[in-house]
Amino acid sequence: MDHVVIVGASLAGLQAAQTLRRADESMRITMVGDEPHLPYDRPPLSKHYLAGSWEEEKLRLRAAADPDALGLEWKLGTRATALDVDARTVTLRNLDSGAEEQLGFDGLVIATGASPRRLPGSDLDGVHVLRTLDDATGLKAAFDAEPNHVVVIGAGFIGAEVAATARERGLGVSIVEAAETPLSRVLPAEAGEQITALHQAHGVEVHLGIGATIVGDGTKVAGVELSSGSTLDADVVVIGIGVVPSTDWLDSSGLTIDNGVVCDATCMAAPGVVVAGDVARWPNERFGSALTRVEQWDNAVEQGGYVARRLISWAADEEIEPYTPVPWFWSDQYDRKIQLAGVPTAKSELVQGSFEEQRFVQIFLDDNDAFVGALTWNRPRQAIQSRQLITRGASLDEVRETLAPPPAES
Amino acid sequence: MKITVDFDLCESNAICMDIAPTVFEVRDDDFLYVLNESPPSELWEKVREAADRCPKQAITVADE
Repeated sequence: MDHVVIVGASLAGLQAAQTLRRADESMRITMVGDEPHLPYDRPPLSKHYLAGSWEEEKLRLRAAADPDALGLEWKLGTRATALDVDARTVTLRNLDSGAEEQLGFDGLVIATGASPRRLPGSDLDGVHVLRTLDDATGLKAAFDAEPNHVVVIGAGFIGAEVAATARERGLGVSIVEAAETPLSRVLPAEAGEQITALHQAHGVEVHLGIGATIVGDGTKVAGVELSSGSTLDADVVVIGIGVVPSTDWLDSSGLTIDNGVVCDATCMAAPGVVVAGDVARWPNERFGSALTRVEQWDNAVEQGGYVARRLISWAADEEIEPYTPVPWFWSDQYDRKIQLAGVPTAKSELVQGSFEEQRFVQIFLDDNDAFVGALTWNRPRQAIQSRQLITRGASLDEVRETLAPPPAES
Repeated sequence: MKITVDFDLCESNAICMDIAPTVFEVRDDDFLYVLNESPPSELWEKVREAADRCPKQAITVADE
């Protein structure tokens, strides 16, 4: 394998590049990214960067701190527009000059991520999404102008974190969410209610189970009309209603595209073509054979490293274990650190702390009473312990004992 | 290998403890303790992985 092309110059792609380089000092590696920036970290965009406490330089992913360190050929501001699996070429377009080129590869990493869903009215002045550094810079400028009222549509991670940051900056904020609880895609309703209470305690007006329509005067946003009939005035609206995987460029590739690039249990979509990060949909055999797509930071890193090893094993015609991570994510809102390891279920048990203390460990069991998930608030150690216990299929007795309250003298 | 942790960045997510428990430990006080700042070579791969996967990029590994 003389030349690997990595399409997508963010977390998963960079980790793939770093892993390939550690394994092979001389391999040619080309990194293609459609943003003009060197790889940066996205989670701080909605927090430190938007709050104004971090400058842009601090966001740079460390493996790209010195862009020459890994010996990569960078093609930034360049979008992949097509893939020919048989001819083993990708078509690239430079977004500045419009120039197109065909680039050959032996191995290909697809790590193009996802882009925010939008709503009618997205093009009005004052309406924002938050995914990229440029998005965040635009939203930060809008916050700097001290708007009278910010409406966040969607109480997922991005929406909830943007609302928290806006409140910390002293701005008036409303959240409008179509579901009955915040973060309903990833958290059980009970935990979602805690998030609602947290935001209300910080002065955010929370509207749940309500549809939202953006209204404006044709140029500038004026507010958000609720399905209940009332209208919230707003000079800034942030849409945080999820993302769609960035697969348009693969439509004619012959790869299976279905809510992401569908690949096998080793994240391979075609011979020598691997997929990592938000765009990958693969069967995680740890949790059955259903296809999963994971929009999480840690998965992007782990899967980016995995697919690099997968390519190396493919080139050497060697077997590799399937990719079977235990999911894990965190979200920081105000002074809360919320973490979920594994998967939540309807069957839960509080093994430590309480909602009132804002410090707890809640575990989730499957139909056979096996431990499959844990939600922790301000209990980071137990989140990781849970992940380890899930990984090795620990008994419920061991789970309860390990996660039980620590001795007072510790 | 020499490990440095930027404790202004570290938020005790404990991912490093998951990957290299003999080197990194987050205790019940929620602080990270580096148990061995110059780990033996058989642990280097794990320590590098821990640094890569730190969500706050708080761990720096210098080759010596």
